[in-house]
Amino acid sequence: MAETRELNLIGNSWTKVDAMGMVIGETRFADDLHLPHMLYCKILRSPHPHALIKRVDLGPALKRSGVVAAISGHDLPIKYGILPVSQDEEALCVDKVRMVGDPVAAIAALDEEIAEAALEDIVVEYEPLPAILSIEEAIAQEGIQIHEYAQQGNIHRLVSLEFGNIEDGFALADHIREDLFYYEGNTHLPMEQHAALARYGADGRLTLWSSTQTPHYVHRALAKVLELPQSRIQVIALPVGGGFGGKTDPFSHEMVVSKLAMLTGRPVKATLTREEVFYTHRGRHPVLMWIRTGMEADGAITAMHFRSFLDGGAYGSYGVASTYYTGALQTVTYPIPNYKFEGLRVFTNKPPCGPKRGHATPQPRFALEVQLDKFAQDLNLDPAKLRLKHLVPAHSKTVNHLTITTMGLGKCIQKVVEASGFDDRRGKMPPGKGLGLACSSYLTGAGLPIYWNKMPHSGVQIKVDRGGGVTVFCGSTDIGQGSDSVLAAIVAEELGLSLDRVIVVTADTDLTPVDLGSYSSRVTLMTGNAAIVAAEPLRNMILSAAAEQLDVSPARLIMRENRVFSADDPSKELLFEEAAQLAEATYGTLGSVGSYTPPRRGGRYKGAGVGPSPAYSYSACVAEVTCDLATGQYEVNKIWLAHDVGKAINPTLVIGQIEGSVYMGLGETTMEEQVYRRGLHKIPSMLDYKSPTMLDIPEIESFLVETHDSEGPYGAKEAGQGPLLPVAPAVANAIYHATGVRVDEVPITAEKVFKGLQQQVRGRRARIGPTQIPAVEWPEPERVDPPEELLVE
Amino acid sequence: MKQLITLTVNGQIRELWTSVHKTLLEVLREDLFLTGTKHGCELGECGTCSVLIDGRPTLSCLVLPIEVQGSDILTVEGIAKNGRPHPLQTAFAELGAAQCGYCTPGILVTAKALLESDPRPDEQSIRQALAGNLCRCTGYCKIIEAVELAAERMRSHNLQPEGSGGSSG
Repeated sequence: MAETRELNLIGNSWTKVDAMGMVIGETRFADDLHLPHMLYCKILRSPHPHALIKRVDLGPALKRSGVVAAISGHDLPIKYGILPVSQDEEALCVDKVRMVGDPVAAIAALDEEIAEAALEDIVVEYEPLPAILSIEEAIAQEGIQIHEYAQQGNIHRLVSLEFGNIEDGFALADHIREDLFYYEGNTHLPMEQHAALARYGADGRLTLWSSTQTPHYVHRALAKVLELPQSRIQVIALPVGGGFGGKTDPFSHEMVVSKLAMLTGRPVKATLTREEVFYTHRGRHPVLMWIRTGMEADGAITAMHFRSFLDGGAYGSYGVASTYYTGALQTVTYPIPNYKFEGLRVFTNKPPCGPKRGHATPQPRFALEVQLDKFAQDLNLDPAKLRLKHLVPAHSKTVNHLTITTMGLGKCIQKVVEASGFDDRRGKMPPGKGLGLACSSYLTGAGLPIYWNKMPHSGVQIKVDRGGGVTVFCGSTDIGQGSDSVLAAIVAEELGLSLDRVIVVTADTDLTPVDLGSYSSRVTLMTGNAAIVAAEPLRNMILSAAAEQLDVSPARLIMRENRVFSADDPSKELLFEEAAQLAEATYGTLGSVGSYTPPRRGGRYKGAGVGPSPAYSYSACVAEVTCDLATGQYEVNKIWLAHDVGKAINPTLVIGQIEGSVYMGLGETTMEEQVYRRGLHKIPSMLDYKSPTMLDIPEIESFLVETHDSEGPYGAKEAGQGPLLPVAPAVANAIYHATGVRVDEVPITAEKVFKGLQQQVRGRRARIGPTQIPAVEWPEPERVDPPEELLVE
Repeated sequence: MKQLITLTVNGQIRELWTSVHKTLLEVLREDLFLTGTKHGCELGECGTCSVLIDGRPTLSCLVLPIEVQGSDILTVEGIAKNGRPHPLQTAFAELGAAQCGYCTPGILVTAKALLESDPRPDEQSIRQALAGNLCRCTGYCKIIEAVELAAERMRSHNLQPEGSGGSSG
């Protein structure tokens, strides 16, 4: 690979290739598309959280002038879902609705207004069933099942794993703590409402344009539900107006517009309303957590027992993976020699939860990092030094068989401690002011695909034009993180081109090789590696043809600034296009492919597929807060965040990801809640679902730590998700430091802090948070021996 | 009920026969195909659909076209002049202030109105002016920096008419 070459683009902050289109209003998102003869689709949704569908009569709707087609569940009866183990969704519910907002029928009409009016004409008879609306109800209620395929009752999945032996570990502890935490659900709230447009052509092929992060998985799901061969379906992901995990499932409206296009022979578009987006959800799972940890006097963890209870909502979505993720990454920051994880996910009659930025790891990270702060207090240790003394070593294996490559957490902690004055200022702050520290880690791409196969996770194809332009084809999907730009920059770097010479064609299942999609922070590493592999043969062909022409050794040639020239005598040079033409004359049409498959190196136990990654990013965060001790109102004054990104391909974009992650973390910590009343979303609007405005966001000081990971392109690791994780616990720890109040749940509202302050006044322990967990008969754990060698090279 | 409506959009007079109850947002996007203006809620909550009406930032999802006949309506498509982007547009692109780009048009027009009334806004004025525009990607940091950079370039451009354009970030 390219480590020894001088880098021109990589490491510099060039402008994103699609940025100008965005700022002049040219970028077309899914709802911006309009085709001749197009129909508009609206979906009728359930008003009941749980009910049998006794009858659906589309007849009256079909009689309305302007209505072209109407469908219900029996028109699309095949179930689908993102995970092979949870094929539990119906494009339109057939016999039963499981949440308010479940899709029941759909109309295609000449315009949106007619379609909407026609929804009122549809007659649906429901037989309401008791609704199950909480984790506790789901565990207690066995008579009424939301899904028959659940592992038991309404427990979707129940897992129990033990690595090493926690009893032995606890026996070695000087101090043991048991704590309970709760992390409320929240949602992605992308600015763009989901939209999809389908066309069924005279050639018998279906094209779907959609705001999706995962066109490949939508492609597979459409083929299944529509019973069309994949070869007759084209899925195009348009630029996504904010994803954050909310557009990674195949969705009902995508199936519905496709079916309606097939039935009518006309293009059909659906755009969800904001309220529908709140019900579509797939956001952060509410998670109740119990954590028991044993520690030696110096802060070394001897054992950890972690239990999580996830409120999954009405469908599987990514939930099985989410369940495992609440137990997977505890081990990658500080050594845990003995570790037991018990987790369960329940079905409830609410919109389904799924992956939101950090995918089910911010919740356990909150619990772990707040508990560490409590340990530091108990053992009279400095929270930063405690962590610094007990870091997972680089190039090692964790007790649950995750392979750590580079590990820059120590440097991250040092950066934020120093910049925030944590050591000096912390002891001298007036009442009401506090500093809190927390750390975290995240995957750089999931090590395994969502459906079992041995094929690459990312493919890149490159074509060189005689005029010196280079077109790069890849299934990757730009959701604003800049994946198109990173792809272009890497190919430009490898071929010595300026960025404007590279054209990217992405996210189109007809045109581009498969990339699994924009989730799990996988794209820079996986498409980047695939692009480097794809560029290499082209580079070699062009260098070889140029070498012959210039009569120099290919090894002494440099490709840079759209030229190929001799390192020894720069006057011996060719323009890139001249060299490319010589290469085409010698080798024929210039094209190449490259692909990337992550190393397979997880453990061998059930659930071992969740957690492995080519590399882990690390973050450390310090939050400063000021709290009004009379009211509990608090303000986050500043966030310092250092992130080990391996290598910043483009520092401006990486810092943008850090700032966006901190913002989203602060939203979750201070105000965002996806909450329901009798199955109805309490606040399905952008006014009532509070999210931070420009007035709410404090100064964010970011630091990039580069550890040059050999797994990533030019050493890069992820940046899009990891920096969100430490924000909530850092703020919680800062509030404790400022007030003496422990708020062991997210969001941390002023009301909760106030209640804690009141407890203090009454001389009680100032702690707000859950006080019990449901009684569950956990199965005997699968026992897994720790890896034999903990250090690897 | 349909009616003939005359709108001045981005300096051009447009006559259209449209339903009187359609919002300005809908008319811009669906009748005039000016899809640069986006929507996030269509309820006046998120700021995404902001346009300028006689220079004032206005939520186009809460305006009926019939109310703004005779006003100057400016959308994101009208900010660049003769293919030359506005300094705000360049600054947003260079500094990464547009991540997904969906809230960007509404923020750009709002920022443009701010800079026209206050060429030297401090950080707090920028935050105040843009407090009604939600963005989920950037944490707002780069947006603030980009508005500051554009303001600075516009001021120096006014001093030296041909001196703008700026270096790339």
